[in-house]
Amino acid sequence: MAVKRTVHFFNSPTVDQIGVQERAARFMSRSIKKGSKVEALKLALSMIDLTTLEGKDTDSKVRQLCYKAMHLHDTYPGLPTVAAICVYPTFVRVAKEALKGSGVNVASVATAFPSGQSTMDIKIQDTKFAVSEGADEVDMVISRGRFLRGEHNYIFDEIAAVKEACGKARLKVILETGELSTLDNVRKASDIAILAGADFIKTSTGKISPAATMPVTLVMLEAIRDHYYNTGEIIGMKPAGGIRTAKQAVQYLVMVRETLGEDWLTNKYFRFGASSLANDVLLQIVKQQSGVYQSKDYFSKD
Amino acid sequence: MAKTRNKKTTVKSKASSNGKSNGAASNGAVLAKRIPVQKTYKLYIGGKFPRTESGRYYKIKTKNNSLIANVCRGSRKDFRNAVVAARKALGGWANRTAYNRSQILYRIAEMLEWRKAQFIEELQSFGVTKAAAEKEVEASIDRLIYYAGWADKYQQLFSTVNPVASSHFNFSILEPMGVIAAFAPEDKGLLGLITTIAPIICGGNSCVVLASHDQPTCAISFAEVLHTSDVPGGVVNILTGIRSELASHFSSHMDVNGMVYYGKKSEELKTIQLHAVDNLKRIIVRSETNLYAANAESPYLIQDTLETKTTWHPIAHDMTGGGGAY
Repeated sequence: MAVKRTVHFFNSPTVDQIGVQERAARFMSRSIKKGSKVEALKLALSMIDLTTLEGKDTDSKVRQLCYKAMHLHDTYPGLPTVAAICVYPTFVRVAKEALKGSGVNVASVATAFPSGQSTMDIKIQDTKFAVSEGADEVDMVISRGRFLRGEHNYIFDEIAAVKEACGKARLKVILETGELSTLDNVRKASDIAILAGADFIKTSTGKISPAATMPVTLVMLEAIRDHYYNTGEIIGMKPAGGIRTAKQAVQYLVMVRETLGEDWLTNKYFRFGASSLANDVLLQIVKQQSGVYQSKDYFSKD
Repeated sequence: MAKTRNKKTTVKSKASSNGKSNGAASNGAVLAKRIPVQKTYKLYIGGKFPRTESGRYYKIKTKNNSLIANVCRGSRKDFRNAVVAARKALGGWANRTAYNRSQILYRIAEMLEWRKAQFIEELQSFGVTKAAAEKEVEASIDRLIYYAGWADKYQQLFSTVNPVASSHFNFSILEPMGVIAAFAPEDKGLLGLITTIAPIICGGNSCVVLASHDQPTCAISFAEVLHTSDVPGGVVNILTGIRSELASHFSSHMDVNGMVYYGKKSEELKTIQLHAVDNLKRIIVRSETNLYAANAESPYLIQDTLETKTTWHPIAHDMTGGGGAY
């Protein structure tokens, strides 16, 4: 384990944008076939946070999603379940009940998701409500406006306060990288979140485009790596939004493996925030088994 | 890769361009004789012209064995990509008004008419006589116009109101089958292709078509026509390649809803029918006949790739009203 050094987000390194883009592009050219592909796909399934964050969500929609989380494709034995269901705080109780005994966690967004435009008090209350309803994980958003204004200490305090309100629940901090403009900002925000107590750092809400991209995720992974070298502490990563195909998922796994190492290749430290990814991964797994390209028509909707 | 750098240009009409460059050279310059720029024939998938993912190609030659072009030898992965593109395009195409589909089919005909000379020349390169080539291109244009006319009429012809004994208003309408895979006729590279595609897209389906093995270049040129005719990318996807290699892939793909087969090889057909069983896709067999015959174009060919949806709409019996059922 590395020697513990004093770290501070004032010291965030700058990011070589072109270098990061080139490096990220390399991860997309690995050839993963046959047995290793199937293993990678199953691993990806087990890392999915199956998400529904719509204004039109209802109890029954959430229950349906929970069923999907536990029964991804029953005709294919030995598939894992997804890691968690991700919902609004008001649906946590419903989801918790539906998932009882399955080992699938319930994650709740909080802190005035997705904009984060609210007072600190309300954000803390929002978080406490989610946790009291039974959320195992909390996905918070940072105040991007204040971050861009340079109020970095405010962001630090905000995250630390929410972390305290989380109690035992694991905290994922959404940076909403699509609104942070530069990779330097992404790196800075990652460092702040990690130092303020995040268990996971997460790219996006899924409500803003661009959402998760390979370069942005790479910058965040590097922040995690540097933190590990400094302190020996493992922080998790969750790219979210825009990851729809099995191929993309495998590319992300390659990137995690080559940037952080195998320790991160578990749903304890790596997640995909996605709604339609699960089905595409299932299509590819069944294709590997049957040798025939599959159709969405024969898979349950999620 | 599928490049076409033939040393000897065998198409007669190229002589005129050679003549020009000779003229330029004789103007006193020491420039080398101009080498004509050859076209690379690629695939047409999702509104783009990619090379085959496999990197393989095959050669097509004239009767006296000189090279016409190197053509992509499409693979299973190319087909897969094409099906993904066709599936993506299906919703938008099926939901267009019949009238608009008609306009677009007409537009394809307009663009083809405008590039008639190129296609005649291309057919001649296969050894087709000038008169026969002209006849084929003209018939192709007319066939497009024919189906443009049918686009907003077949529904009226084939849908029905069905008499039933219960208190229901019962009616059947036609809907597109979905993504259609097709083997175009081996004979008549252009007319065969259009005879295959036009009724499929007329009915609101999207398709992936394997062009004639021996006359594939005009199919890819026709893709350029489609590309400039307001046909949304992915509605028509054209592959070139070897039938026997692709038959099982075309027919086994679970996301393909039907397959149109022009051909006579019973072994090939058997392979297709066996592989089609998994998702019970419909196989429409058309043994290659005369593409100029009267039955080579028909609204029933549109119906082949349509599904019938029957609706049972409950109606109340109004006991007091006396007669009015609605």
